[in-house]
Amino acid sequence: MSFEFSSILQMQEDVRLGKISCRDIVSHYIAVIETKKHLNVFLEVFAEEAFQKAEATDNKIKSSEKTGKLFGCVVALKDVISIKGKNVTASSQILKNFTSLYNATVVERLLAEDAIIIGRTNCDEFAMGSSNENSSFGNVLNDLDNTKVPGGSSGGSAVAVQAGMCMVSLGTDTGGSIRQPASFCGVIGMKPTYGRVSRYGVIAYASSFDQVGPFAKTADDAALILEVIAGKDEHDATTSILPVEEYSKEIRNQKSAIKYKFAYYPQAIGHEKVDPEIREAIYNTIEKLKADGHSVEAKDFKYLDYLVPVYYVLTTAEASSNLSRYAGIHYGYRDKGATEMEDVIRNSRSKGFGKEVQRRIMLGTFVLSSGYYDAYYTHAQKVRQIIRNETENILSQYDYIILPTTPTTAFGIGQIKDPIEMYLADIFTVQAPITGNPAISVPLFRHSNGMPFGLQIIGKRYKEKELLSVTKLLQQGY
Amino acid sequence: MKVDKQLVDKLANLSKLNFTESEEQEIIKDLNKMVDFVDKLKEIPVDGVEPLIYMIDETNVMREDEVKMEITKEEALKNAPLADSDYFKVPKVLKKK
Repeated sequence: MSFEFSSILQMQEDVRLGKISCRDIVSHYIAVIETKKHLNVFLEVFAEEAFQKAEATDNKIKSSEKTGKLFGCVVALKDVISIKGKNVTASSQILKNFTSLYNATVVERLLAEDAIIIGRTNCDEFAMGSSNENSSFGNVLNDLDNTKVPGGSSGGSAVAVQAGMCMVSLGTDTGGSIRQPASFCGVIGMKPTYGRVSRYGVIAYASSFDQVGPFAKTADDAALILEVIAGKDEHDATTSILPVEEYSKEIRNQKSAIKYKFAYYPQAIGHEKVDPEIREAIYNTIEKLKADGHSVEAKDFKYLDYLVPVYYVLTTAEASSNLSRYAGIHYGYRDKGATEMEDVIRNSRSKGFGKEVQRRIMLGTFVLSSGYYDAYYTHAQKVRQIIRNETENILSQYDYIILPTTPTTAFGIGQIKDPIEMYLADIFTVQAPITGNPAISVPLFRHSNGMPFGLQIIGKRYKEKELLSVTKLLQQGY
Repeated sequence: MKVDKQLVDKLANLSKLNFTESEEQEIIKDLNKMVDFVDKLKEIPVDGVEPLIYMIDETNVMREDEVKMEITKEEALKNAPLADSDYFKVPKVLKKK
């Protein structure tokens, strides 16, 4: 039985009408995953559970029982999200055989709405990276060009949607880890407002930045997933009590006559690192938005070159603290040869963590260490406040900020060797997690080199509905 | 700011990481680059600015302080690389001379 995916709602209608069963749908995805094994997207495929869930759903429909909002929806999860009884590794050797004792809240919510979890996806180790080359389980390949990276750190989840190995997927975004691979792979990737989605059961990288968010092909699908996973969670004290809107319904009924106010930074679009074709595409979009009656104005933002440094001081500090729990004692890899307590810890960490993770732990320890704490860590927290104030100031005058998602299209595997150069791949994506604002990468463009790239939009905090709404508008007419 | 061998040794100790000599040379080089890169932040004056620490605006959201049993002892020990039925096991810390 052949299956062509267009949207979750369309699929659900077809299932209800008996045109296709959930079982057939799962068979389809298992087959695609098998055909595209070379992309190294999945660390594990849950075929058995997926078929069980599909059959249970098919039976529910046959007997006219109530089904969840996401019935039939095949989802892949980045391997930092815990699923009870399954391994979760953060693509690290240090967690190679770790089994989750409970479900992450996002998993509970997906399952409660009858989603089908098809597998866990490869990523950069502990979500640290912009190319998926830091995974200890091998590179993920970009499905459009196998010599190119998919971006990172949620590279596997991006390619899973790009290559049609699932309908939607979840990733995590700390400095761009959803939006940057979404841009490189030509799909939608959204980082919600900090506090919108629970981080309970999600392996931490930098706790004041990390957010879970969806990859999807359409704004409607992203909206549906987000409204299921978002909202207050008693297990995560940083989740907001603000009610979650029915994003999918709201944007389905939106009127196209709304006119928005956009700001853009000429320094960003004109930045020397930006590929000329990307620059041109963004300027063309700005002109088209203006022609359609939207207001788009240039706005000076003088902190552009400070964003990545702030990000690295604060995230490495939080990472060095978060990753101190991996000591080879309570769980995870242990160097069995060590006979002294100190050696158990040091050897296990040195053998279990990859190079980039160790580099970031060292920098984080440096900025937190006595004598440097105020000059680096506290100073960066103050700059974070300044950047947040400035961003709030801009968003008090405008609805959205337009930026390129990435300065270039997907680069070659092995092409970028210098860590600092790699960090600059996130130059336009770090602002939103620094300030806590939601942001989305909309797949609008194709470069003459054949690779896609996205337009990034930053919205006001907790205005996910508006962000999805403008995404839908752009996908329809731009 | 210059990162030297002495500082890297100190940081490696605090981080509980080991580096071979060649790895150490590499990490000294990388950390110097990274520190130079973040030193750019010193260009921004921060006098009178409070550090941004909490990312959500809501404060004092209360809940009942209830005891819940969510993970059993067996489960807690399940992922341990070395444990008996009651405890995580590590090498002897206090030794007879």
